[in-house]
Amino acid sequence: MSMTHFLPNLVRRERASRKAMLLAPPLALAAAILLNLALYVLMGRDPAAVVHAMLLEPFLSWSSFSEVLLKTGPLLLIAQGLAIGFRAKVFNIGAEGQFILGAIFASAIPIWFPQATGGWIWPSMLLLGAIGGALWAGITAFWRVRLNANEILVSLMLSLVAAQLLYYLLLGPWKDPNGFNFPQSVMFQYDAMVPTLFAGTRVNVSLLIAIVLSLAAWVFMQKSFMGYKLQVGGLAPRAAGYAGFSEGRAIWLSLLIGGFAAGLAGAAEVAGPLGQLQRSISTGYGYSAIIVAYLGGLHPIGIVVSALVMAAISIGGDNAMVSANLPIAAVRVFQGSLLLAYLVAVAFVRYRLEWPHTTARSQS
Amino acid sequence: MTPPLLSLRGISKSYGPIKANQGIDLDVADRSIHAILGENGAGKSTLMKLIYGVEQPDDGTATWQGEPLALASPAEARKQGIGMVFQHFSLFETLTVVENIRLVVHGKTAELTERIRTLGRDFGLEVDPLAHVHALSVGERQRVEIIRCLMTNPKLLILDEPTSVLPPQLVERLFDTLRRLRDGGVSILFISHKLEEIRAICDRATILRAGRVTGNVDPREHDAHDLARMMIGRDMPEPMPAEPRTGGDKQLEIIGLNHTPDDPFAVPLADINLTVRAGEILGIAGVSGNGQSELAALISGETRLSRHEKDRIFMMDADVGQLGPAARRARGFAFVPEDRLGRGAVPEMSLVLNGLLTAHPLKLLKNGLVDRAQATAFAETCIRDYDVRTPGPQTEAGALSGGNLQKFIVGREIMLAPKLLFVAQPTWGVDIGAASAIRRRLIALRNAGMAILVISEELEELFELADTIQVLYHGRLSPPLVTRDTRPEEIGRYMMGAKPEKADA
Repeated sequence: MSMTHFLPNLVRRERASRKAMLLAPPLALAAAILLNLALYVLMGRDPAAVVHAMLLEPFLSWSSFSEVLLKTGPLLLIAQGLAIGFRAKVFNIGAEGQFILGAIFASAIPIWFPQATGGWIWPSMLLLGAIGGALWAGITAFWRVRLNANEILVSLMLSLVAAQLLYYLLLGPWKDPNGFNFPQSVMFQYDAMVPTLFAGTRVNVSLLIAIVLSLAAWVFMQKSFMGYKLQVGGLAPRAAGYAGFSEGRAIWLSLLIGGFAAGLAGAAEVAGPLGQLQRSISTGYGYSAIIVAYLGGLHPIGIVVSALVMAAISIGGDNAMVSANLPIAAVRVFQGSLLLAYLVAVAFVRYRLEWPHTTARSQS
Repeated sequence: MTPPLLSLRGISKSYGPIKANQGIDLDVADRSIHAILGENGAGKSTLMKLIYGVEQPDDGTATWQGEPLALASPAEARKQGIGMVFQHFSLFETLTVVENIRLVVHGKTAELTERIRTLGRDFGLEVDPLAHVHALSVGERQRVEIIRCLMTNPKLLILDEPTSVLPPQLVERLFDTLRRLRDGGVSILFISHKLEEIRAICDRATILRAGRVTGNVDPREHDAHDLARMMIGRDMPEPMPAEPRTGGDKQLEIIGLNHTPDDPFAVPLADINLTVRAGEILGIAGVSGNGQSELAALISGETRLSRHEKDRIFMMDADVGQLGPAARRARGFAFVPEDRLGRGAVPEMSLVLNGLLTAHPLKLLKNGLVDRAQATAFAETCIRDYDVRTPGPQTEAGALSGGNLQKFIVGREIMLAPKLLFVAQPTWGVDIGAASAIRRRLIALRNAGMAILVISEELEELFELADTIQVLYHGRLSPPLVTRDTRPEEIGRYMMGAKPEKADA
């Protein structure tokens, strides 16, 4: 009874606070950094060394920053696609599986036609990969529209199926015959590789594609009528029904866009830094991109920034594992706590704290 | 002289730039029924929330039986003896009456059941304590809400527009209850904008306009015209006489429609027949919860008929039963739903974007992109022509008062220039000034040849508007009654389930 008198209440704001909206991501980042530094101290690591390795080193040399850019590409692509669905309240959690399908579809060309040459190969691979991702996401859309099967569960479970499909291909039909029985495909020919952007780095044209598609996402969500319909469906489903915006179409569109973008990212990964299809084609891009999408406020411009931040943390985490002897779980904890801190911070966009200042008077 | 039960001095409350209450003084006497009268947006609800402790004032003091009162929280208010019955009930439909009451009042079920019966007998609030709430009528639910408040032995009971949900016969019964409560020592704050009711029951009326007190009178000494002037600050416009018209095209026709919704708590509709012609207003009367929302969704297309149910709903001479809302709109149908936030408008979106919701065919798009300039111009026109009080078209719909948002939605739908306009509860929560403007607009549109269907709980409104009235009760429609030849009591009988007198008609 008495405790509740000292706890603040969460009061709904009359309108969304723009200040809180802009402050939420940097504050969440700061809170997550402080929280994790405390964790590193508890673990007996030198926090200064971790900060240096994790947060500074990625930006200190061109070679490490180019790795950040390399990681930004897929995160950016996937997150832009997912954010469109999330704003329509269609929760595609299976970007990981769509990414894998994209990689598989793209790999089909160099694996079936290893001798082919020409400038058409890598663009076709990207396109085919994107289609593969969209098809995989389409399975989820179909069951959601047809049977109202929850898209979170279906898409997530399909990711596990996708991983098994990948393993089957790599251990069976697509295994490199001269690969000493390693579960990987042949190395792709030169023309199956996306051209690099900067000499001496692995950053390739797919980053440019991701940036162009980010612009397209911005136009789609902020300017187009279709994007407006999706947002109405997400914010007020009954208003969408009242206006006659089809829910089924919104679900199909959301999932196809998400799958297309994730598939494209998967294709760019095998046709880029990897150069072959292998078991570990994704280091959880499909899941990290969910965090990226929310950290970016589900806004195309915000996502560009958050993709860069998450990529830097990821590269920095790798550094810290080596130079500060940090376990890999610590990096995951960092990502998770960042999302958590953001979700707490973002609650203050529509709510404010109110301290029980009036209780003092009632005691008289 | 004894101090008043509740006394407020200089109470002010602002929400950002909006001054909802400014320097309110209010004295509620012991054993009195005190009306708070005002248009929507005048600050009535804010003032009640302050008294009940839901919100805290920025400034001002309150005393309760001569002692300072903290206006801190609803729990505090209840402890002091202030109870409130909100306009929208907060009962769990799947629980029984006594179970609902046990959630807020401590005690054994048997004791509570007995107390509910006693209170019911003493104050004319009969309701079966063991009935499930979903099986109760609106009037009974209201009684449960009042009983729940009375359980805590309040000295002051706040009722927010209690008559808006009741048919005329039950209003009289509620008034009887309120008089008995007053004589039993409970003061009542009665919020309303219905002048005749206030003159019928209240001992005192405080009138609010734009957040300030503009009058403090004995309502029995003033006629409705005077009170209205104090409330809206100018004379009421005379209602337009409706010229009877006949022979327009059938724009909406429903023939023998039966429908059982999926939702077990929804009302099944049986043998619905109605016709709305061009140049005619058909009013559907009845207490909410008798199938209004189910019927509305079937007409709007939000609920579609199955493929087997052909030739049940016709719009502009075409069978539209299987078509969705967009296809029906494309034929010249427009619709104002009874719930504005979340259905008629998206609360988090600006008025510009809310205009787009249904008005996008009015050239507000260019190559699939939103034409910002056109959409803004549309919203600005709507705001100007329909007197929507708002800082501007970029304001979020959720920030508007209910009445202003309703004006915006009604304006948006009328601007579509439909052949058939369907308005559910056109003036729910809208102040009288705006309500009469909306009604006059509807009559003008009818005279210009539009077919209009209105669902309303307010009989006076239907008598002012409609050429013909049909009553919806338990999912069935009465035969059409020509308004000019019908007395309100007759409609009231249908509202409570009377059968048509002529069985062969």
